[in-house]
Amino acid sequence: MSEQDGRAARDREAARWFDDDAGPVVRPYAMTRGRTRTAAEGRLDLIALVIAESRADEAACDQMLSPEHVEIVERCRQEPLSVAELAAGLDLPVGVVRVLIGDLLDADLVHVSRPVPPAELPDEKVLREVIDGLRAL
Amino acid sequence: MAFGRSDRRRRSAAVAPMTLKILVAGGFGVGKTTLVGAVSEIQPLRTEERLTEAGRPVDDLDGVEAKTTTTVAMDFGRITVNEGLVLYLFGTPGQDRFWFLWDELARGALGAVVLADTRRLADSFSAIDYFERRGLPFTVAVNCFDGADRYPPQAVRDALDLAPEVPVVLCDARSKDDARDVLISVVEHARETGAGRREPALS
Repeated sequence: MSEQDGRAARDREAARWFDDDAGPVVRPYAMTRGRTRTAAEGRLDLIALVIAESRADEAACDQMLSPEHVEIVERCRQEPLSVAELAAGLDLPVGVVRVLIGDLLDADLVHVSRPVPPAELPDEKVLREVIDGLRAL
Repeated sequence: MAFGRSDRRRRSAAVAPMTLKILVAGGFGVGKTTLVGAVSEIQPLRTEERLTEAGRPVDDLDGVEAKTTTTVAMDFGRITVNEGLVLYLFGTPGQDRFWFLWDELARGALGAVVLADTRRLADSFSAIDYFERRGLPFTVAVNCFDGADRYPPQAVRDALDLAPEVPVVLCDARSKDDARDVLISVVEHARETGAGRREPALS
C-alpha cells in the first residue's frame, strides 16, 4: 500500500468511524417521539395495504410531519404498499412504521385496506384463484 | 417527482387488492430465503443481522458450515396472483428465541411451508408442532441439498410422525417451479382443510 493510499484510508476512517453494522445513527424510536404503539395497531397487519388519500398532496408542506411520514405518503402515492414493504423500504423496524402510519391515519392522509379477518380462511373461490394464478407462473 | 394532479387522484382512488400470506418456516440454514426468492417477483426484502460472537455458540451450524448469517427478523417476497390478489411469503425467524414474532406472522395466514433438511430433521419439529397446535394447514417440503442422502416422502412422513393428510413433497428450494409447486400444495391443502371445516362430515 502506497503512502497516499494509507492516508486516504486514514481519512476515511476519521470521517466514518462507524460502519453499517453499527446500525442507524438516529435511534428508531426517536422518530416516533418515544411512542411504541398506536391505536391503529390492530388494523396494521404486516400485509395490510396503506393507500394515500388524494389530499395527501399536502403532506409535503405539512410542518407537523417528519421526513419519514412524508416518505411513507410519497411511496404509497405510487402504489398501495403493505406495512411490511414500507418497513423494508424505509429500513425501519415494523413497530416504528406502525406508529408513523397511525399518525398518518389520524391526519387522514392515508387509509388502510381491510385485511381478511384472521379467524376466517379466505373462501373457496379465492383459494381457487390463488392456485390458478400460481399454476400460471 | 412531477405527477399531474389528476394522475394522483386516479392512483389513490384505485381499489386495493386483497392480500394473503403464506409462511415459510424451518430450521436455521434450511433454505427459507432461497425458496422465497425463487418464486418472488421482487428481490426478497429482509432485515438481516449478522451473527455476533455472542450468538455463534448458540446456533448449531453442523452441516451448514457455508452459512455465516442468520435471519433474526423476517424476510419476505411477493407474488401478484392477479390484479385483485397479492400473495406475500414470509420466511419465519430461524431461531427459537425469536418465536415471539411467530404469533404475529401466523395471524391470518393462509397456510405454511415447513422446509426440512433430512440431515437435520429435528430442526423442523418446533415449526411442525407450532402449526399443528395452531391448526394452520402446512406442507412439509424436503429441500434436497446436494450431497445429502435422498429419502422417499413416506420415510420423511414416518420420521416426522405427520398426520396422513399433511402433504410431504421433495423440492429444490432454488428452483422456481419446485417452489411454486410447494406453494400450490399448501393452498390445495388449505382448501381441503377449509372445505372440511365448512362442511362437517355427517356422523
